[in-house]
Amino acid sequence: MATTEEIRSQLAELVNDVAGVPVDEVQLDKSFVEDLDVDSLAMVEIIVGCEEKFGVTIPDEESKNLKTVGDAVAYIEAHS
Amino acid sequence: MTTLKASVGSPYARILSIGSALPSRVLDNEYMVQFIDSSDEWIQQRTGIRERRWLAEGETLESLALAAARQAIERAGLQASDVDALLLSTVSHFHQTPALAPKLADELGMVDAAAYDISAACAGFCYALAQAEALVRAGSARHVLVIGAETLSQLTDLHDRGTAFIFADGAGAAIVGPSETNGIGPVVWGSDGSQAGAIWQTADWQSAVADGSWPALGMDGRAVFKWATSFIATATARCLEEAGLTPDDLDVFVPHQANNRITDTLLRYLKLPEKVVVARTIQGLGNNSAASVPIAMDSLLTSGQAKSGQTALLIGFGAGLVYAGQVVTLP
Repeated sequence: MATTEEIRSQLAELVNDVAGVPVDEVQLDKSFVEDLDVDSLAMVEIIVGCEEKFGVTIPDEESKNLKTVGDAVAYIEAHS
Repeated sequence: MTTLKASVGSPYARILSIGSALPSRVLDNEYMVQFIDSSDEWIQQRTGIRERRWLAEGETLESLALAAARQAIERAGLQASDVDALLLSTVSHFHQTPALAPKLADELGMVDAAAYDISAACAGFCYALAQAEALVRAGSARHVLVIGAETLSQLTDLHDRGTAFIFADGAGAAIVGPSETNGIGPVVWGSDGSQAGAIWQTADWQSAVADGSWPALGMDGRAVFKWATSFIATATARCLEEAGLTPDDLDVFVPHQANNRITDTLLRYLKLPEKVVVARTIQGLGNNSAASVPIAMDSLLTSGQAKSGQTALLIGFGAGLVYAGQVVTLP
């Protein structure tokens, strides 16, 4: 079972790859849209990337609730 | 016991030539944002589109298709009478019967040619190319004219801020003929009708006529983007595998010009080498559906960015949902 920090770190790499956000900035309290400037299309890619990377399924209605990095990490922890 | 003769075709097929035609009306993003709450910057960031081409007065789906077809026939060094089949892919021929293909064949001077329309939206050119390759190899036709032509401006809701700036007009054509060596790889294609609602005509003709409205194209951008950046990415990789190639063997990548952001994601997934030339005609032409792949090929060839004999990966995907892709040798 991956730790919260391991999931955050892998997610940070994904966000960096998709949206070019420096990995250090991808911290749990950061909002994807407001703080990291991730737009809706990049967010779709991050969701798809999470599904592949962490082996979870993130339905559209759930993905809309993933506002912060912490929300995404918590979802992955609960469902992987 | 009677014995039926079977047709005998060419061992291989290839694209002999490409042609294209664009309408003359150029509309920039500033024009489009008169009708929607959006901006030039937002449109460019989300799609890569700076301007698009729409029909001007006097231009029609038919005139564009004919111009592209004539160029392809001439560049192949053929006469129209040498071409014995015509496949037109379009979703913007509003006269359902008869199909437009027989009329085009007649106007081009083709004689008694097999001619029919297909409807496979933005995958239409690659769908028709697969059919053309099969017809030539099966011996059902010797030279096939494949046309992708669209006038999506006529199906655009100027006030829909999700689509108004995307769709455009244009036509592209190719002649597919016999070859001693293979120039068209195996097609990778399919459909997912469970996602019919991802891109759709807002009303069927019967109800549109009944209430006196004119339908437009609607799109669930999020669903399409998700499909294109996940399922289509893997399908595109399969086109290479089926052709027995690796990314290093590739010179040119021509994805359907749906959205530059989709192209960016496909590139990240495919890990194509730097040397591979990537079609980005959407920037100046918008998304012209079935016409986008042949127009992009023609643009790369005529600008010298791509060269005859190079290996190009094509992938089309769109309303249906449908997709088709193959690796080809450029003419």
